[in-house]
Amino acid sequence: MDPSAAKLIGAGLASIALVGAGVGIGTIFGNYLQGALRNPSAAPGQFANLLLGFALAEATGLFGLVVALIILFVF
Amino acid sequence: MVEAHAAEGAAQGGSHLPNPMHQFEIERLIPLKWFGVDASFTNSALFMVIAACLITLFTVYAMHARALVPSRLQSVAEISYEFVANMVRDNVGTAGMQYFPFVFTLFMFVLALNMLGMLPYSFTVTSHIIVTFALAAFIFLGVTLIGFIKHGAKFLKLFVPSGIPVVLLPLLVVIEVISYLTRPLSLSVRLFANMMAGHTMLKVFGAFVVALGLLGGWAPLAFMVVFTALEVLVAFLQAYVFAILTCIYLNDALHMHH
Repeated sequence: MDPSAAKLIGAGLASIALVGAGVGIGTIFGNYLQGALRNPSAAPGQFANLLLGFALAEATGLFGLVVALIILFVF
Repeated sequence: MVEAHAAEGAAQGGSHLPNPMHQFEIERLIPLKWFGVDASFTNSALFMVIAACLITLFTVYAMHARALVPSRLQSVAEISYEFVANMVRDNVGTAGMQYFPFVFTLFMFVLALNMLGMLPYSFTVTSHIIVTFALAAFIFLGVTLIGFIKHGAKFLKLFVPSGIPVVLLPLLVVIEVISYLTRPLSLSVRLFANMMAGHTMLKVFGAFVVALGLLGGWAPLAFMVVFTALEVLVAFLQAYVFAILTCIYLNDALHMHH
């Protein structure tokens, strides 16, 4: 195979990591909404944790994106 | 390094769209060489100076009146103070308030750099891994030193989770040590990756607007407005997460709860 083609395929494979970020963000917001609808008075107190969880979940997916960018632009 | 190859990558791809990596290029504004070390004043350094000046001017000017009933500007300064103070108090406790100036400076600096990066034609300092890694490495070193100074050799107990079977200990201690050592890495990559991915995405979508022209460009332009709002949110959120994780690490070092 042409090495540059392999590079592009590798970068594409690495960006599949963002699937996990999508699942994670969906889980976090879904569960937050579920909890917030069951007990609305407790919801504002957990908003900081929601944002923290969102950022952490998004970041793990972005690690995969960084791998893709490294494959594309460093090698 | 990344930038040089980015140009190459775009040339290989043969696309007609502008290179989305061009915005991350570092330029030497005032070339300087001290004892063989390249200490040039770059656009990255310029934006850090601007951010530091902006924060200083904002806090000093907003608080100069010291009114009992605050003006709008003074309210903003007070809200940002209270916001960070509450963050430190909630996560580290009152013992952590002596580190409040550090966390406040860190939060405001990262926030200013992220927000300055949202201005068109500006430079995002936090989209470079070396900047965020230097910040995270100093936080990691400082927090570890605080832990050892406070607890001495007992600080190593942080790596031994309590209430688990002795058989599992060798495995878990290794995992704990690795997870502790990767903290500066994950802290820096989180901020860097978010800022770089966001700005690259904005640039790519912006190129779509231009490529579709006056007639077809309206739909992607509407998306761009929404995405820009999302990026402003992310810029704030990442500064917040950076500061709150510093608080959590500080809490580990000060109280060693597990």
